[in-house]
Amino acid sequence: MAEAALVIDVEGLTKRFDDKVVVDRFALQVRQGQIYGFLGPNGSGKTTTIRMLCGLLTPDGGRGTCLGFDILRESARIKREVGYMTQRFSLYEDLSIAENLEFTGRIYGLADRRRRVDEALERLGLGKRRGQLAGTLSGGWKQRLALAACLLHDPRLLLLDEPTAGVDPGARREFWEHLHQLAHGGMTVLVSTHYMDEAERCHALAYIAYGKLLASGTAAEVVAGARLHTWAIEGEDLAAVAAELRGAPGADMIVPFGARLHVSGTDAETLASSVSAAAARRGLRATSVDPGLEDVFIHLMRHAPEPVTVAGRAEG
Amino acid sequence: MFAWSRFAAVVVKEFVQVRRDRLTFAMMIGMPVMQLVLFGFAINMDPKSLPMAVVAAESSPFSRSLVRSLEASGYFRVVAQPATAAGAEALMAEGDVQFVLHVPADFSRKIARGERPVVLVEADASDPAATGNALSAIQALNYSALDRDLAGPLAGLRSPAPAFELRVHRRYNPEGITAYNIVPGLMGVVLTMTMIMMTALAMTRERERGTMENLLATPVRPFEVMAGKIVPYILIGYVQVVVILVASQLLFRVPMVGSLALLSSILVLFIAANLAVGFTFSTLARNQLQAMQMTFFFFLPSMLLSGFMFPFRGMPGWAQAIGEVLPLTHFLRIVRGIMLKGNQWDDIALEVAALAAFLLAAGAVAMARYRETLD
Ligand SMILES: Nc1ncnc2c1ncn2[C@@H]1O[C@H](COP(=O)(O)OP(=O)(O)OP(=O)(O)O)[C@@H](O)[C@H]1O
Ligand SMILES: [Mg+2]
Repeated sequence: MAEAALVIDVEGLTKRFDDKVVVDRFALQVRQGQIYGFLGPNGSGKTTTIRMLCGLLTPDGGRGTCLGFDILRESARIKREVGYMTQRFSLYEDLSIAENLEFTGRIYGLADRRRRVDEALERLGLGKRRGQLAGTLSGGWKQRLALAACLLHDPRLLLLDEPTAGVDPGARREFWEHLHQLAHGGMTVLVSTHYMDEAERCHALAYIAYGKLLASGTAAEVVAGARLHTWAIEGEDLAAVAAELRGAPGADMIVPFGARLHVSGTDAETLASSVSAAAARRGLRATSVDPGLEDVFIHLMRHAPEPVTVAGRAEG
Repeated sequence: MFAWSRFAAVVVKEFVQVRRDRLTFAMMIGMPVMQLVLFGFAINMDPKSLPMAVVAAESSPFSRSLVRSLEASGYFRVVAQPATAAGAEALMAEGDVQFVLHVPADFSRKIARGERPVVLVEADASDPAATGNALSAIQALNYSALDRDLAGPLAGLRSPAPAFELRVHRRYNPEGITAYNIVPGLMGVVLTMTMIMMTALAMTRERERGTMENLLATPVRPFEVMAGKIVPYILIGYVQVVVILVASQLLFRVPMVGSLALLSSILVLFIAANLAVGFTFSTLARNQLQAMQMTFFFFLPSMLLSGFMFPFRGMPGWAQAIGEVLPLTHFLRIVRGIMLKGNQWDDIALEVAALAAFLLAAGAVAMARYRETLD
């Protein structure tokens, strides 16, 4: 099968606020039908990047295309075919559910607006509450309404900024099933998230810290690329083991997971000797495990270069 | 390219939002009525029946006649007749009287001798506006008050009337009813206030609540947003005008000499000019509080320098220059001209042109300031 077309193809994307480089020479390629996960710690530049992709912010450097349109010059065309769901709820709280959807329908000039709004309400299961003010919805329902609104005009690309923050597990599962259906139908999705289980549901991932892209690819590729080795220690008194291992040679990262302790490092041999020594001293069992995405992300973040500040530049 | 459906989307949304914001809606209708009542009834620029004390060192037909004619002018009401000047002084210091009339001891004797005695009137001038008209009434009286008493052998002492008589002749408003001047002006003041504030807030609110991000991510064009946000407020502006016109008829019987149709058509221009100012403010303000402050920053000079509060010709040159820039100044001339003088199109064309120029300039600034991105 031939590779699908590139829906997002950007390189060198840079954004400065005042003198702070918030996104630094960011490159991303997303193919049609992919669900692409976008991860990174708070303040790493995910929202800023997404805003540059849909023309809400002007990049200070870089170039690229979105749906084949130039992100610098053709943002009007891009806006017509992108569904952008903002991180913060940005529909009108003083309009009802139906009024919000109708507003969106009119803005995109949909011919069969009424039918689409009714369908969307039906799919949401909000048919009976269509007259309720959006501001009185609970957090999770606001998210669902926002998704319905940005799907109303059948966009070819969805940009979702933390769409499931604060949504309960059942609704999140439904949400992801819906995303996979849409992707199966040819829609491309770029979704930012802080949840590991969601990251694992994506076809591919990008990890960003301090505005720099640190890793990208499938989950397996990202894990492999980090060249990380992880040991799990199980048993009693893990806190004491953790304290002992802190600062031990090779043990770069110690993360407790309930009844287990994950100890990771890049130098396999020193790590193995430190871990087995500490475990043996207390008669605990240490096993070598595959590092999880979370181990890899925390490792990437810790080893990310410090943020760059361009001194003496007048304009941001 | 302009798209009707996107424009309509903004208009409909804006209407629903205004309708849902009951308090603001009530305020927009209530404010004109409240201001009308306040300015029309409570604030009187030509106060009458001001309290006066008379210190008469002599009681003669001449002095009584002088007092009577002062009272007859309508501006004065004698409330006390203290025996001494000190007593009168105390009354004025406490604010019980605003004027003191001193009739000298040899008043009638001097008149009889043709010596033109000095009658002193002291006025509490701490509020010049309150005493100004009354004092000019005294000037007028000075020459004619005693004419009737100077009969017979004293007839030769009558003042050479035509040469000195000061007569106040008010055109368009012969009775000097303040409301005639105030009420049409209020229309402009209320519109300036509400129209600028409403648009400034409507746009800033989008930014403050985060809905701007969603709006900017859609294909809607700046002009569609601006026009869509302005149209509902033009209609609200007209509702305010109707409220003011009806109330001014019922409460003050302000005449409508000129053409209502002419006034209505010029109103669009004036309302749109103010909305463009509000839109510009909304592109500058970071939050709703700042938008409010900017509104007042524009509103105060409008109210003070447009000729609404103070006579335009009485202001110093620099103040007039500022006044000429403000749309309210031109609208006041138009609305007073049409309602009170029956001005036709030819009489006000220049003022209308000034309004149009302002609208174009403010609209251009607003469009240039509108950002299609969040930077
Ligand atoms: N308009 C702005 N002006 C100045 N700095 C900004 C602006 N917007 C974002 N920033 C800064 O840019 C950096 C990246 O912000 P961004 O919102 O893109 O992060 P994020 O990855 O989306 O974080 P989160 O996971 O918390 O949503 C932050 O340090 C933020 O303070
Ligand atoms: Mg974010």
